[in-house]
Amino acid sequence: MNLSEYEVGDFYDEMLESNGMPRRATSHLALNLQSLSHAELATRQTAADLALVRSGITFNVYSDNRGVEKTLPFDLIPRIVPAEEWQHLEAGLKQRITALNLFIDDLYHEQHILKDGVVPSEVILSSKGFHRQCIGLNPPRGIWCHITGTDLVRNRDGKFYVLEDNMRCPSGVSYVLENRRLMMSLFPEVFNASRIRPVANYPHRLRDMLEYLAPEGISNPRVVVLTPGMYNSAYFEHSFLARQMGVELVEGNDLVVADDCVWMRTTGGFERVDVIYRRIDDDFLDPEAFRKDSMLGVPGLMRAYRAGNVALANAPGTGVADDKAVYAYVPDAIKYYLKQDPIIPNVPTYLCSRQSDLQYVLENIAQLVVKAANESGGYGMLIGPKATKKEHAEFAERIKANPRNYIAQPTLSLSRVPTVCGENIEGRHVDLRPYILYGKEIFVQPGGLTRVALRKGSLVVNSSQGGGTKDTWVLDHDAPPNETNSAALTPPPSLAAVC
Amino acid sequence: MLSRVAESLFWMSRYVERAENVARFVDVNLNLMLEVPSSEQQWLPLVATTGDHEAFEKKYGAPTQESVIRFLTLDEENPNSILSCLRAARENARSTREITSSEMWEQLNTFYLFVADAAARSGSIADLHRFFARVKDGSHTFCGITDATMTHGQAWHFMRMGRMIERADKTSRILDVKYFILLRSAYEVGSPIDEIQWAAVLRSASAFEMYRKRHGRILPQHIVQFLMLDNEFPRAFRFCLNRARNSLHAISGTPLGQFSSKPERLLGQLCSELADINVETIIAGGIHEFIDNLQGNLNDVGTGIYETFLARRAPNHTLSEISQGCNAAQ
Repeated sequence: MNLSEYEVGDFYDEMLESNGMPRRATSHLALNLQSLSHAELATRQTAADLALVRSGITFNVYSDNRGVEKTLPFDLIPRIVPAEEWQHLEAGLKQRITALNLFIDDLYHEQHILKDGVVPSEVILSSKGFHRQCIGLNPPRGIWCHITGTDLVRNRDGKFYVLEDNMRCPSGVSYVLENRRLMMSLFPEVFNASRIRPVANYPHRLRDMLEYLAPEGISNPRVVVLTPGMYNSAYFEHSFLARQMGVELVEGNDLVVADDCVWMRTTGGFERVDVIYRRIDDDFLDPEAFRKDSMLGVPGLMRAYRAGNVALANAPGTGVADDKAVYAYVPDAIKYYLKQDPIIPNVPTYLCSRQSDLQYVLENIAQLVVKAANESGGYGMLIGPKATKKEHAEFAERIKANPRNYIAQPTLSLSRVPTVCGENIEGRHVDLRPYILYGKEIFVQPGGLTRVALRKGSLVVNSSQGGGTKDTWVLDHDAPPNETNSAALTPPPSLAAVC
Repeated sequence: MLSRVAESLFWMSRYVERAENVARFVDVNLNLMLEVPSSEQQWLPLVATTGDHEAFEKKYGAPTQESVIRFLTLDEENPNSILSCLRAARENARSTREITSSEMWEQLNTFYLFVADAAARSGSIADLHRFFARVKDGSHTFCGITDATMTHGQAWHFMRMGRMIERADKTSRILDVKYFILLRSAYEVGSPIDEIQWAAVLRSASAFEMYRKRHGRILPQHIVQFLMLDNEFPRAFRFCLNRARNSLHAISGTPLGQFSSKPERLLGQLCSELADINVETIIAGGIHEFIDNLQGNLNDVGTGIYETFLARRAPNHTLSEISQGCNAAQ
């Protein structure tokens, strides 16, 4: 992998310093990778692509025909996270999840944070994710957000920011596990020689966490994964997680509620279900409580939940925190509940519902990223600097028509990682989505999903919009400062095996 | 296990088996064309073996080698074409990946992609023999991987039951259709062409070599005996039903010889009948009538399996019903 032609450019590069030298903490791995010839890299990339098709690691794109599956493009060159940086991120994520859980619990109970004027009531009450049906609910063990996939980005300044909290049904963790498996089969030498923190125990952690939520007095709880079905874009992941945890994958039709308990239809009759990891949004969960036209959900599920006879992860109602207008108040919530400053800051956010912010956004739309408050997956978004004048004008009209539904942020210069682009290796923008489990304790999976915008110059990393993924290597410990020079002069012995 | 999942497993292996059978009898017929070039009229019976006569005639009209092969291999609109069977098998596999082994899924996925690729490339297959060989091979590999990597528990038994019922059905259809045609050309009985045709019947069920070892000379009554009543040849009707019955009892937990459900009773009766009957009686009563009757019974078994294990009952159960179902499961 020849990086002599590689241009770091005016960006923060995750692997290289601005002078083109490998970053200190990760230098031994960077050098190891650089010693691969281009032909060798190309061979392994082909092998990786083939393996993905063969094992059917696919997602469905909604706009495509039903049943059309695509493999998520996978780039061989990993994103490396130094141990020290990871410690910082891990602490920040734990802090944020703790506060968010208190926040959601408060919103569905006493609403102290609204009464104290820290968050305006109208922001919460107008949120599509705030469900009145959930007021007064007491989820098992007091936990609402069991599984979170927080989107982080690194700006040109080298600092990480939280871009989004995904508390409904964050997907992608299956790619983390499969990418790692793939990388270990393609680069066993590199793994042998480095201390890269493992990710494979996620399914065990997930299962432990889910079992922890079971109603009292059940010694061997039955956990299931609830999927909307095989035409859902994340079906592969639902099936993957069920398989890895060794639990049943069920569809709404497989479940029935009787006497406020949930049962599944089996070949031997009905069996009781105790914990449901649901990958169906709140709106579709139970036609009795939410959308009446839902064919995916289970009628009566919320009754069983309210009666404490079944646990749901995540708890219904957590989606309120995914609202991008609510997101803007999370740093305030951290200070309010924990009396601490946020360890990982938010991206500065303008709320179009505020008159002064609206004015600023409309005047500076060409420099800003504008997002619809309730969309996800990269839809309903305007990237000012990349858009035409006409698009600016159209978006301005949409904002004026419904200011509450829009927020704006400065266009960040996302960090880049060297990426295989045809014959060359070029920098491509990335984000990072770590996965956090909240059970008996809070567990942050080391690393998470690095999504990469494969189109040149693109800042949109979503799989539905031409994004791909990379393996994320969190180091067990960083290289000590004095190793750098010797490493640069004499590559580690494992290199011989790699070449 | 979940009823929906059991149903998917049952159909997954049925579809793979079906694709294999289609591949085999089209392949045999192609060979037959080379040996007996005048037998152009032999193509339509192939469509009859899959039971899709009407759909074929509606779309293609008069049968030609090309149109029949097209219909049976890569025609997306024919639900029983090799392509459609494998697509359905794979869809079922996708929805049961948490039950099956990864090896099974990878093999079936690769198998499907090979056929889908052939369909996408041209719509007609350049090397038909090679194609059919690979389809048969794919099915055999799938069975082998299934047996070697999956726990032989309930899920595996649902798969085997599906495979065995499908196989029994196809073996009997091949015999039925061919017997009818061969009897029609009764004036050829004893001529060399007749022997070639009868050998083709055996080859269609992959039975030629094993038949030779058991019976030696090619005689219609021995062929009927072998394909319908043999208890050791794995594609024989009786063999398949006995295996299906064993699986059914393994699923329900009822000892063999006892019945706890309708399909067990029906399948038990069928197996005893096949154990008792001799081939002379079958031929005297008419092969077609005999097979027709068996297929009717086999359909009833299928319906019974569906009603007992797979059906989604209406969601308005009382708790007592549910608790009963729950206890029955334990």
